[in-house]
Amino acid sequence: MEEANYYQQLKGIVKPYLPEDVTVDDISPESHFINELNINSANLVDIVLDVEDAFNITLENDDMDQMQTVNDAMAIIDKKRSSK
Amino acid sequence: MKNRVVVTGLGICAPNGVTLSDFTKTLQRGTSGISFQQELKELNFGCQVAGKPSLKPGYVNKYFTPLQLRGLNASGLVYGVIAGTDAWNDAGLSKAEEDEPDWDSGIIFGTGILGVDKFRESIHLVDAGNTKRLGSTSVIQTMASGISAYLGGILGSGNQVTTNSSACTTGTEGVIMAYDRIQSGKAKRILTGSCSDSGPYVWGGFDAMRILPRKYNDSPSAASRPLSASASGFVPGSGAGALVLESLQSAKQRGAKIYAEVLGGAINSGGQRGGGSMTAPNSMSVRRCIKMALNNSGIVSKDIEAINGHLTATGKDPVEVLNWSQALERSGLDFPYINSFKGIMGHGLAAAGSMECVAAVLQFKEGQIFGNVNIEALHPEIEKLVDISRVPIKTIDFKPKTIAKASFGFGDVNACVIFKTFKN
Repeated sequence: MEEANYYQQLKGIVKPYLPEDVTVDDISPESHFINELNINSANLVDIVLDVEDAFNITLENDDMDQMQTVNDAMAIIDKKRSSK
Repeated sequence: MKNRVVVTGLGICAPNGVTLSDFTKTLQRGTSGISFQQELKELNFGCQVAGKPSLKPGYVNKYFTPLQLRGLNASGLVYGVIAGTDAWNDAGLSKAEEDEPDWDSGIIFGTGILGVDKFRESIHLVDAGNTKRLGSTSVIQTMASGISAYLGGILGSGNQVTTNSSACTTGTEGVIMAYDRIQSGKAKRILTGSCSDSGPYVWGGFDAMRILPRKYNDSPSAASRPLSASASGFVPGSGAGALVLESLQSAKQRGAKIYAEVLGGAINSGGQRGGGSMTAPNSMSVRRCIKMALNNSGIVSKDIEAINGHLTATGKDPVEVLNWSQALERSGLDFPYINSFKGIMGHGLAAAGSMECVAAVLQFKEGQIFGNVNIEALHPEIEKLVDISRVPIKTIDFKPKTIAKASFGFGDVNACVIFKTFKN
């Protein structure tokens, strides 16, 4: 239940960072932020900050390194929220 | 064979107007863009009036993408992108295609310091041990070249994209740098201009130097008094001006409208010698710069019909007029018309030169010399040099053929550019 919720929220967060040739419908749980969604690596930094704000969590440098795909992000969010 | 260079586009984001038509009207009518700043009062500034462009809510949305607007906290960058984009559109030019930049177009867009408010935000985060929270926008909004980088990306410029910085000379220097690059054939078009942030962190240092007027907090429009006997300091300003300079050949091929020709110009420094200092110009180098500009333009002193001075409304205005008079060897009734736009816009600092170049060039289009404001009495030292009729206090109908525009900046640096009405 929570997972589906995270997924919709994440799509909303990622949407403004998508380049013109990628739409929100192209996002799937398996999408790689940089390689598939063509998000520029500088903007991935901003996505992390938006995720922190939206889910009220703090991501460490290791978490950021591991956050390559939408699934990765959901797993990290889940881990952080459950350990709170 | 040197290329002739013309002005084909203008853009403005100034305290007295953020569109060319509003800007022109205020210049014609002498309507002040200087206003009381509550923020400065709360911070105990001596001078609580300033010139700040007035942007309606949502106005920036047509210049920036929603993504660019996130965390945008750099006023000079906003002003510069507005003026730069508008100048490009005014010239009838379009953005480069998605796959390849426009190799023939470049950007020389200066500033003094960029994104001061963003930098303050960053400093607080860093000092709190929270560097990670800076995000990706702190660097690009605070690097000096942020303004040319933003414009370069928006327009897709593939020629030189750079930011010059020479204090209050910046904007006029940029015009001459752009002229040089096009004249030598290294670019067909350069978007040149300059911008300066608004706010207490930019203006505070000048307030501390006690060079801003303190007696006009209740009467902002009277505060900036260039050339006047009662001038008591410059009113801090902000904003951006932009000009598209283009080779005559390229302008003709495109069938572009031509505002004026850039005949030439000169840039020099007084070396902080011979009476020059970090904050005051060496008069010899000012005169030399004006003469070099004439020489570079292939004209003689009597060809100059109007001067747009630096004329900030400090005690140095009479010295500047004396330098013009000596450099041109003209005085009294023979002196060209002279004006300062700082009376209604304040001193735009790094943005001053470009905002004033835009205004100076608009005088060709309107066939007018825009009037000076707040001169109830000309400064007595200036009246000794120049007949009062040469310092219009109302806008007059007069079609100037040649206008000299100069800017001088901290560091003892000077720039003088010569504009001419365009004739084939």
